[in-house]
Amino acid sequence: MIFRHLFLIPIGIALAAEVPAAEPYLAWRAEPASVPEPLGGLKGDAQRGRAVAANQAQGNCLACHPLPIPEEPFHGEIGPPLAGVGSRLPAVGIRLWVINARLIKPDTIMPAFYLDPKEIYRSDDDHAGRTLLSAQQVEDVVAYLATLK
Amino acid sequence: MIRFLVLLLIPLSLWAGPKSGYEYLTPESRAIQDDDFQNPGMSAVEEGSKLFHAQGEEGHSCATCHGEGGAKLDPRRIAAYPVFGKAQGKPVTLRDRVHICWEERLGNFPLEFDDKNALYLETFVRHLARGEPVNVDVSAELKPFYEMGEKLYRTRLGQFGMTCYHCHDQYPGRKMRAQPLSEGQTNGFPTYRLGSGKVTSLGDRLNECMVSLRAARFEHDSEDYRNLEVYLNARGNGLKIETPAVRY
Ligand code: HEC
Repeated sequence: MIFRHLFLIPIGIALAAEVPAAEPYLAWRAEPASVPEPLGGLKGDAQRGRAVAANQAQGNCLACHPLPIPEEPFHGEIGPPLAGVGSRLPAVGIRLWVINARLIKPDTIMPAFYLDPKEIYRSDDDHAGRTLLSAQQVEDVVAYLATLK
Repeated sequence: MIRFLVLLLIPLSLWAGPKSGYEYLTPESRAIQDDDFQNPGMSAVEEGSKLFHAQGEEGHSCATCHGEGGAKLDPRRIAAYPVFGKAQGKPVTLRDRVHICWEERLGNFPLEFDDKNALYLETFVRHLARGEPVNVDVSAELKPFYEMGEKLYRTRLGQFGMTCYHCHDQYPGRKMRAQPLSEGQTNGFPTYRLGSGKVTSLGDRLNECMVSLRAARFEHDSEDYRNLEVYLNARGNGLKIETPAVRY
Protein backbone atom coordinates (compact mmCIF):
# COMPACT_ATOMS: atom_id res chain seq x y z
CA MET A 1 0.00 0.00 0.00
CA ILE A 2 2.70 2.44 1.06
CA PHE A 3 4.77 1.40 -1.95
CA ARG A 4 1.91 2.10 -4.27
CA HIS A 5 1.68 5.63 -2.99
CA LEU A 6 5.41 6.15 -3.39
CA PHE A 7 5.15 5.14 -7.03
CA LEU A 8 2.27 7.51 -7.49
CA ILE A 9 4.11 10.56 -6.23
CA PRO A 10 5.98 11.32 -9.47
CA ILE A 11 2.77 10.79 -11.44
CA GLY A 12 0.98 13.08 -9.00
CA ILE A 13 3.54 15.80 -9.62
CA ALA A 14 3.24 15.37 -13.37
CA LEU A 15 -0.54 15.67 -13.14
CA ALA A 16 -0.50 18.56 -10.71
CA ALA A 17 0.04 20.97 -13.57
CA GLU A 18 -3.09 19.71 -15.34
CA VAL A 19 -5.60 19.20 -12.53
CA PRO A 20 -6.62 22.65 -11.38
CA ALA A 21 -6.61 23.24 -7.63
CA ALA A 22 -10.03 22.90 -6.00
CA GLU A 23 -11.99 26.12 -6.31
CA PRO A 24 -13.11 27.75 -3.10
CA TYR A 25 -16.60 26.54 -2.25
CA LEU A 26 -19.26 29.25 -2.55
CA ALA A 27 -22.12 29.33 -0.07
CA TRP A 28 -25.69 29.44 -1.40
CA ARG A 29 -29.12 29.91 0.12
CA ALA A 30 -32.09 27.69 -0.67
CA GLU A 31 -35.75 28.60 -0.41
CA PRO A 32 -38.26 25.72 -0.25
CA ALA A 33 -38.21 25.07 -4.02
CA SER A 34 -35.44 27.25 -5.39
CA VAL A 35 -32.00 28.80 -5.10
CA PRO A 36 -32.87 32.39 -6.04
CA GLU A 37 -29.36 33.78 -6.62
CA PRO A 38 -26.87 32.44 -9.18
CA LEU A 39 -23.78 30.89 -7.56
CA GLY A 40 -21.19 33.64 -7.04
CA GLY A 41 -23.36 35.97 -9.16
CA LEU A 42 -22.07 34.10 -12.25
CA LYS A 43 -23.87 34.19 -15.58
CA GLY A 44 -24.60 30.84 -17.22
CA ASP A 45 -24.00 29.99 -20.87
CA ALA A 46 -26.54 27.56 -22.37
CA GLN A 47 -24.23 26.33 -25.10
CA ARG A 48 -21.52 25.36 -22.62
CA GLY A 49 -24.20 23.90 -20.34
CA ARG A 50 -25.34 21.53 -23.07
CA ALA A 51 -21.78 20.18 -23.30
CA VAL A 52 -21.55 19.78 -19.52
CA ALA A 53 -24.83 17.83 -19.48
CA ALA A 54 -23.54 15.38 -22.09
CA ASN A 55 -19.95 15.03 -20.82
CA GLN A 56 -19.33 11.78 -18.95
CA ALA A 57 -16.62 13.32 -16.79
CA GLN A 58 -18.69 16.38 -15.87
CA GLY A 59 -22.46 16.59 -15.42
CA ASN A 60 -23.24 13.33 -17.18
CA CYS A 61 -26.91 14.15 -16.77
CA LEU A 62 -27.38 11.84 -19.78
CA ALA A 63 -26.40 8.87 -17.62
CA CYS A 64 -29.84 9.11 -16.04
CA HIS A 65 -31.97 11.53 -18.08
CA PRO A 66 -33.11 11.46 -21.70
CA LEU A 67 -32.20 14.86 -23.15
CA PRO A 68 -32.68 16.47 -26.58
CA ILE A 69 -29.03 15.76 -27.50
CA PRO A 70 -29.52 13.46 -30.50
CA GLU A 71 -25.84 13.12 -31.40
CA GLU A 72 -25.19 11.20 -28.16
CA PRO A 73 -26.22 7.54 -28.56
CA PHE A 74 -27.09 6.38 -25.04
CA HIS A 75 -29.52 8.18 -22.78
CA GLY A 76 -30.31 6.82 -19.32
CA GLU A 77 -33.73 5.69 -18.11
CA ILE A 78 -33.41 6.55 -14.43
CA GLY A 79 -34.73 10.11 -14.24
CA PRO A 80 -37.53 11.90 -16.13
CA PRO A 81 -36.85 13.23 -19.65
CA LEU A 82 -35.64 16.81 -19.38
CA ALA A 83 -37.12 18.03 -22.67
CA GLY A 84 -39.64 20.70 -21.65
CA VAL A 85 -38.19 21.14 -18.16
CA GLY A 86 -37.78 24.87 -18.86
CA SER A 87 -41.57 25.17 -19.13
CA ARG A 88 -42.26 23.02 -16.08
CA LEU A 89 -39.80 24.72 -13.74
CA PRO A 90 -38.42 28.25 -13.32
CA ALA A 91 -34.62 28.64 -13.62
CA VAL A 92 -34.34 29.21 -9.86
CA GLY A 93 -36.09 25.86 -9.29
CA ILE A 94 -33.85 24.04 -11.77
CA ARG A 95 -30.90 25.52 -9.88
CA LEU A 96 -31.98 23.81 -6.65
CA TRP A 97 -32.40 20.47 -8.46
CA VAL A 98 -28.87 20.70 -9.81
CA ILE A 99 -27.20 22.05 -6.65
CA ASN A 100 -28.81 19.65 -4.19
CA ALA A 101 -31.79 17.57 -5.28
CA ARG A 102 -31.92 15.99 -1.81
CA LEU A 103 -33.45 19.21 -0.47
CA ILE A 104 -36.43 18.47 -2.74
CA LYS A 105 -36.44 14.70 -2.46
CA PRO A 106 -34.29 13.43 0.44
CA ASP A 107 -34.08 9.84 -0.84
CA THR A 108 -33.24 10.71 -4.45
CA ILE A 109 -30.54 8.93 -6.43
CA MET A 110 -29.73 12.20 -8.19
CA PRO A 111 -26.28 13.41 -7.12
CA ALA A 112 -25.97 16.79 -5.41
CA PHE A 113 -23.79 18.61 -7.93
CA TYR A 114 -22.81 21.47 -5.66
CA LEU A 115 -22.67 20.03 -2.17
CA ASP A 116 -20.39 21.46 0.51
CA PRO A 117 -17.33 19.15 0.24
CA LYS A 118 -17.39 18.85 4.03
CA GLU A 119 -20.65 16.90 3.68
CA ILE A 120 -19.19 14.36 1.24
CA TYR A 121 -18.45 11.00 2.89
CA ARG A 122 -15.44 8.92 1.77
CA SER A 123 -14.50 10.79 -1.38
CA ASP A 124 -11.54 9.21 -3.17
CA ASP A 125 -8.27 11.14 -3.11
CA ASP A 126 -8.62 12.55 -6.61
CA HIS A 127 -11.93 14.24 -5.84
CA ALA A 128 -11.55 15.13 -2.17
CA GLY A 129 -12.50 18.71 -1.29
CA ARG A 130 -14.29 19.21 -4.61
CA THR A 131 -17.87 19.66 -5.71
CA LEU A 132 -19.05 17.53 -8.67
CA LEU A 133 -19.49 20.60 -10.86
CA SER A 134 -17.83 23.99 -10.57
CA ALA A 135 -20.01 26.99 -9.79
CA GLN A 136 -19.71 28.12 -13.41
CA GLN A 137 -20.69 24.68 -14.72
CA VAL A 138 -23.79 24.66 -12.47
CA GLU A 139 -24.88 28.02 -13.86
CA ASP A 140 -24.18 26.84 -17.43
CA VAL A 141 -26.32 23.72 -16.98
CA VAL A 142 -29.12 25.73 -15.39
CA ALA A 143 -29.03 28.17 -18.32
CA TYR A 144 -29.18 25.24 -20.77
CA LEU A 145 -32.12 23.51 -19.07
CA ALA A 146 -34.01 26.80 -18.89
CA THR A 147 -33.91 26.89 -22.73
CA LEU A 148 -35.64 23.48 -22.98
CA LYS A 149 -39.16 24.82 -23.33
CA MET B 1 -43.74 10.95 -19.80
CA ILE B 2 -46.15 8.02 -19.96
CA ARG B 3 -43.21 5.77 -20.77
CA PHE B 4 -41.47 7.07 -17.67
CA LEU B 5 -44.51 6.36 -15.47
CA VAL B 6 -44.86 2.87 -16.87
CA LEU B 7 -41.17 2.20 -16.23
CA LEU B 8 -41.69 3.39 -12.67
CA LEU B 9 -44.56 0.99 -12.07
CA ILE B 10 -42.94 -2.15 -13.47
CA PRO B 11 -40.42 -2.68 -10.68
CA LEU B 12 -43.06 -2.03 -8.03
CA SER B 13 -45.65 -4.39 -9.43
CA LEU B 14 -43.47 -7.31 -10.47
CA TRP B 15 -41.37 -7.68 -7.31
CA ALA B 16 -41.25 -11.42 -6.86
CA GLY B 17 -38.21 -12.16 -4.76
CA PRO B 18 -34.60 -11.61 -5.72
CA LYS B 19 -33.51 -11.80 -9.35
CA SER B 20 -30.16 -13.16 -10.47
CA GLY B 21 -27.89 -11.04 -12.66
CA TYR B 22 -28.36 -13.82 -15.23
CA GLU B 23 -31.82 -12.43 -15.96
CA TYR B 24 -30.28 -9.16 -17.14
CA LEU B 25 -27.96 -10.82 -19.67
CA THR B 26 -28.58 -11.01 -23.39
CA PRO B 27 -29.32 -14.51 -24.76
CA GLU B 28 -25.79 -14.59 -26.27
CA SER B 29 -24.15 -13.92 -22.90
CA ARG B 30 -26.40 -16.46 -21.17
CA ALA B 31 -25.33 -19.05 -23.71
CA ILE B 32 -21.69 -18.53 -22.70
CA GLN B 33 -22.53 -19.14 -19.04
CA ASP B 34 -24.71 -22.14 -19.87
CA ASP B 35 -21.95 -24.02 -21.66
CA ASP B 36 -19.00 -25.05 -19.48
CA PHE B 37 -16.81 -25.46 -22.55
CA GLN B 38 -17.44 -21.87 -23.59
CA ASN B 39 -17.47 -20.29 -20.12
CA PRO B 40 -13.95 -18.88 -19.57
CA GLY B 41 -14.65 -18.81 -15.81
CA MET B 42 -14.24 -22.59 -15.81
CA SER B 43 -10.48 -22.13 -16.12
CA ALA B 44 -10.48 -20.64 -12.60
CA VAL B 45 -12.40 -23.72 -11.41
CA GLU B 46 -9.75 -25.94 -12.99
CA GLU B 47 -6.90 -23.95 -11.44
CA GLY B 48 -8.70 -24.19 -8.11
CA SER B 49 -9.12 -27.93 -8.53
CA LYS B 50 -5.36 -28.36 -9.04
CA LEU B 51 -4.63 -26.41 -5.87
CA PHE B 52 -7.31 -28.36 -4.00
CA HIS B 53 -5.49 -31.59 -4.77
CA ALA B 54 -1.95 -30.26 -4.31
CA GLN B 55 0.06 -31.42 -1.32
CA GLY B 56 0.65 -28.74 1.34
CA GLU B 57 3.61 -28.21 3.68
CA GLU B 58 2.33 -30.83 6.10
CA GLY B 59 1.98 -33.50 3.45
CA HIS B 60 -1.74 -33.47 2.81
CA SER B 61 -4.11 -31.57 0.51
CA CYS B 62 -7.61 -30.13 0.80
CA ALA B 63 -8.79 -33.38 -0.79
CA THR B 64 -7.30 -35.42 2.09
CA CYS B 65 -10.08 -34.15 4.38
CA HIS B 66 -12.74 -33.07 1.89
CA GLY B 67 -12.55 -35.99 -0.54
CA GLU B 68 -11.49 -36.35 -4.16
CA GLY B 69 -12.92 -33.38 -6.04
CA GLY B 70 -14.42 -32.13 -2.77
CA ALA B 71 -16.86 -35.06 -2.66
CA LYS B 72 -17.25 -34.76 1.12
CA LEU B 73 -18.11 -31.06 1.05
CA ASP B 74 -21.82 -30.46 1.57
CA PRO B 75 -23.21 -28.06 -1.06
CA ARG B 76 -25.84 -26.88 1.42
CA ARG B 77 -23.08 -25.87 3.80
CA ILE B 78 -21.23 -23.99 1.05
CA ALA B 79 -24.44 -22.16 0.20
CA ALA B 80 -24.77 -21.06 3.84
CA TYR B 81 -21.64 -18.86 3.67
CA PRO B 82 -20.77 -16.41 5.16
CA VAL B 83 -21.30 -18.22 8.46
CA PHE B 84 -20.63 -17.04 11.99
CA GLY B 85 -17.17 -18.11 13.16
CA LYS B 86 -17.31 -18.93 16.86
CA ALA B 87 -13.51 -18.80 17.19
CA GLN B 88 -13.32 -15.53 15.26
CA GLY B 89 -16.39 -13.95 16.86
CA LYS B 90 -17.38 -12.53 13.48
CA PRO B 91 -18.55 -13.62 10.01
CA VAL B 92 -16.33 -16.04 8.12
CA THR B 93 -16.68 -15.77 4.35
CA LEU B 94 -15.85 -18.59 1.98
CA ARG B 95 -12.67 -16.71 1.15
CA ASP B 96 -11.81 -16.52 4.86
CA ARG B 97 -12.38 -20.29 5.13
CA VAL B 98 -9.99 -20.95 2.24
CA HIS B 99 -7.29 -18.93 4.02
CA ILE B 100 -7.93 -20.64 7.36
CA CYS B 101 -7.57 -24.11 5.82
CA TRP B 102 -4.57 -23.06 3.76
CA GLU B 103 -2.67 -21.82 6.81
CA GLU B 104 -3.96 -23.96 9.67
CA ARG B 105 -4.80 -27.29 8.05
CA LEU B 106 -2.24 -27.42 5.24
CA GLY B 107 0.39 -25.50 7.20
CA ASN B 108 1.18 -23.37 4.17
CA PHE B 109 2.73 -19.93 4.13
CA PRO B 110 -0.17 -17.41 4.26
CA LEU B 111 -1.43 -15.97 0.99
CA GLU B 112 -2.33 -12.33 0.52
CA PHE B 113 -6.06 -11.98 1.13
CA ASP B 114 -6.84 -11.33 -2.54
CA ASP B 115 -4.14 -13.62 -3.96
CA LYS B 116 -5.27 -15.25 -7.19
CA ASN B 117 -4.74 -18.75 -5.83
CA ALA B 118 -7.19 -17.97 -3.02
CA LEU B 119 -9.60 -16.72 -5.68
CA TYR B 120 -9.20 -19.96 -7.65
CA LEU B 121 -9.80 -22.10 -4.58
CA GLU B 122 -12.86 -20.08 -3.62
CA THR B 123 -14.19 -20.39 -7.18
CA PHE B 124 -13.61 -24.15 -7.20
CA VAL B 125 -15.37 -24.67 -3.86
CA ARG B 126 -18.34 -22.46 -4.63
CA HIS B 127 -18.72 -24.12 -8.01
CA LEU B 128 -19.29 -27.40 -6.12
CA ALA B 129 -22.54 -25.85 -4.86
CA ARG B 130 -23.73 -24.68 -8.27
CA GLY B 131 -27.52 -24.95 -8.38
CA GLU B 132 -27.85 -24.89 -4.60
CA PRO B 133 -30.03 -22.04 -3.26
CA VAL B 134 -28.12 -19.44 -1.23
CA ASN B 135 -29.19 -19.84 2.38
CA VAL B 136 -27.47 -17.54 4.86
CA ASP B 137 -28.98 -17.63 8.34
CA VAL B 138 -29.00 -14.12 9.72
CA SER B 139 -31.56 -14.78 12.44
CA ALA B 140 -29.02 -15.38 15.22
CA GLU B 141 -25.32 -14.54 15.64
CA LEU B 142 -24.96 -12.97 12.19
CA LYS B 143 -27.84 -10.56 12.75
CA PRO B 144 -25.79 -7.56 13.96
CA PHE B 145 -23.29 -8.04 11.12
CA TYR B 146 -26.13 -8.26 8.61
CA GLU B 147 -27.49 -5.02 10.00
CA MET B 148 -24.13 -3.26 9.76
CA GLY B 149 -23.84 -4.52 6.19
CA GLU B 150 -27.25 -3.14 5.35
CA LYS B 151 -26.30 0.18 6.91
CA LEU B 152 -23.29 0.43 4.57
CA TYR B 153 -25.50 -0.64 1.65
CA ARG B 154 -27.68 2.38 2.38
CA THR B 155 -24.89 4.91 3.03
CA ARG B 156 -24.23 7.64 0.47
CA LEU B 157 -20.62 7.26 -0.62
CA GLY B 158 -18.06 9.32 -2.50
CA GLN B 159 -18.36 12.47 -4.53
CA PHE B 160 -21.42 11.08 -6.34
CA GLY B 161 -23.07 10.44 -3.00
CA MET B 162 -25.21 7.54 -4.17
CA THR B 163 -25.91 4.35 -2.21
CA CYS B 164 -25.92 0.71 -3.35
CA TYR B 165 -29.63 0.75 -2.56
CA HIS B 166 -30.33 3.46 -5.13
CA CYS B 167 -29.12 1.56 -8.17
CA HIS B 168 -29.81 -2.00 -7.09
CA ASP B 169 -33.13 -1.68 -5.25
CA GLN B 170 -34.77 1.33 -6.85
CA TYR B 171 -33.73 0.98 -10.49
CA PRO B 172 -32.78 -2.57 -11.52
CA GLY B 173 -33.75 -3.23 -15.12
CA ARG B 174 -33.36 0.43 -16.10
CA LYS B 175 -30.42 1.71 -18.06
CA MET B 176 -27.77 4.08 -16.78
CA ARG B 177 -26.34 5.41 -20.03
CA ALA B 178 -25.95 2.18 -22.01
CA GLN B 179 -25.70 -0.19 -19.06
CA PRO B 180 -28.74 -1.95 -17.58
CA LEU B 181 -28.66 -1.96 -13.79
CA SER B 182 -29.11 -5.31 -12.06
CA GLU B 183 -30.09 -6.11 -8.49
CA GLY B 184 -26.43 -6.48 -7.60
CA GLN B 185 -26.89 -10.07 -6.44
CA THR B 186 -23.91 -12.17 -5.39
CA ASN B 187 -25.04 -15.70 -6.32
CA GLY B 188 -22.70 -15.84 -9.32
CA PHE B 189 -19.46 -14.87 -7.55
CA PRO B 190 -16.64 -15.21 -8.24
CA THR B 191 -17.81 -14.28 -11.75
CA TYR B 192 -16.23 -14.17 -15.18
CA ARG B 193 -16.49 -10.63 -16.57
CA LEU B 194 -17.02 -10.14 -20.26
CA GLY B 195 -15.67 -6.58 -20.06
CA SER B 196 -12.30 -7.25 -18.42
CA GLY B 197 -11.96 -10.92 -19.39
CA LYS B 198 -11.11 -11.74 -15.77
CA VAL B 199 -12.54 -13.87 -13.01
CA THR B 200 -13.52 -11.32 -10.40
CA SER B 201 -14.00 -11.63 -6.65
CA LEU B 202 -16.83 -9.89 -4.88
CA GLY B 203 -14.32 -7.52 -3.25
CA ASP B 204 -12.98 -6.44 -6.64
CA ARG B 205 -16.49 -5.94 -7.94
CA LEU B 206 -17.44 -3.80 -4.95
CA ASN B 207 -14.35 -1.71 -5.54
CA GLU B 208 -15.40 -1.13 -9.15
CA CYS B 209 -18.62 0.37 -7.80
CA MET B 210 -16.57 2.53 -5.41
CA VAL B 211 -14.59 3.89 -8.37
CA SER B 212 -17.86 4.74 -10.15
CA LEU B 213 -19.03 6.62 -7.07
CA ARG B 214 -15.63 8.33 -6.77
CA ALA B 215 -15.47 6.88 -3.29
CA ALA B 216 -12.42 5.69 -1.35
CA ARG B 217 -12.22 1.90 -1.57
CA PHE B 218 -12.41 -0.43 1.37
CA GLU B 219 -9.79 -3.11 1.92
CA HIS B 220 -10.86 -6.55 0.68
CA ASP B 221 -10.15 -7.92 4.11
CA SER B 222 -12.12 -5.20 5.95
CA GLU B 223 -14.99 -5.67 8.40
CA ASP B 224 -16.97 -3.29 6.17
CA TYR B 225 -16.82 -5.62 3.16
CA ARG B 226 -17.22 -8.71 5.36
CA ASN B 227 -20.48 -7.29 6.78
CA LEU B 228 -21.61 -6.17 3.35
CA GLU B 229 -20.99 -9.68 2.03
CA VAL B 230 -23.22 -11.09 4.79
CA TYR B 231 -25.96 -8.61 3.89
CA LEU B 232 -25.65 -9.13 0.13
CA ASN B 233 -25.69 -12.91 0.30
CA ALA B 234 -28.65 -13.01 2.71
CA ARG B 235 -30.45 -10.48 0.52
CA GLY B 236 -30.16 -13.06 -2.27
CA ASN B 237 -31.28 -16.03 -0.18
CA GLY B 238 -33.07 -18.49 -2.44
CA LEU B 239 -31.13 -17.62 -5.60
CA LYS B 240 -29.26 -20.56 -7.03
CA ILE B 241 -25.48 -20.40 -6.98
CA GLU B 242 -24.10 -19.92 -10.52
CA THR B 243 -20.34 -19.78 -9.85
CA PRO B 244 -18.58 -19.06 -12.13
CA ALA B 245 -21.34 -16.88 -13.58
CA VAL B 246 -20.78 -14.74 -16.69
CA ARG B 247 -21.48 -11.04 -16.21
CA TYR B 248 -20.78 -7.71 -17.92
C1 HEC C 1 -27.90 9.09 -11.00
C2 HEC C 1 -28.99 9.58 -11.79
C3 HEC C 1 -29.13 11.06 -12.07
C4 HEC C 1 -28.19 11.92 -12.57
C5 HEC C 1 -26.72 11.62 -12.90
C6 HEC C 1 -28.86 13.16 -12.75
N1 HEC C 1 -30.16 13.07 -12.35
FE1 HEC C 1 -31.54 14.55 -12.41
N2 HEC C 1 -32.94 13.33 -11.57
C7 HEC C 1 -32.76 11.99 -11.33
C8 HEC C 1 -34.00 11.43 -10.85
C9 HEC C 1 -34.23 9.96 -10.48
C10 HEC C 1 -34.94 12.48 -10.81
C11 HEC C 1 -36.40 12.43 -10.34
C12 HEC C 1 -36.47 12.62 -8.85
C13 HEC C 1 -36.41 11.30 -8.13
O1 HEC C 1 -37.26 10.43 -8.43
O2 HEC C 1 -35.53 11.12 -7.28
C14 HEC C 1 -34.24 13.66 -11.28
C15 HEC C 1 -34.82 14.91 -11.42
C16 HEC C 1 -34.24 15.99 -12.04
C17 HEC C 1 -34.89 17.26 -12.28
C18 HEC C 1 -36.34 17.60 -11.99
C19 HEC C 1 -37.12 17.24 -13.25
C20 HEC C 1 -38.58 17.56 -13.20
O3 HEC C 1 -39.15 17.53 -14.27
O4 HEC C 1 -39.12 17.77 -12.13
C21 HEC C 1 -33.99 18.05 -12.93
C22 HEC C 1 -34.19 19.48 -13.40
C23 HEC C 1 -32.76 17.27 -13.06
N3 HEC C 1 -32.95 16.05 -12.52
C24 HEC C 1 -31.60 17.74 -13.65
C25 HEC C 1 -30.41 17.03 -13.75
C26 HEC C 1 -29.20 17.58 -14.31
C27 HEC C 1 -29.06 18.95 -14.92
C28 HEC C 1 -28.25 16.61 -14.18
C29 HEC C 1 -26.77 16.69 -14.57
C30 HEC C 1 -26.02 17.80 -14.08
C31 HEC C 1 -28.88 15.48 -13.55
N4 HEC C 1 -30.20 15.76 -13.31
C32 HEC C 1 -28.22 14.28 -13.26
C33 HEC C 1 -31.59 11.27 -11.51
C34 HEC C 1 -30.39 11.79 -11.95
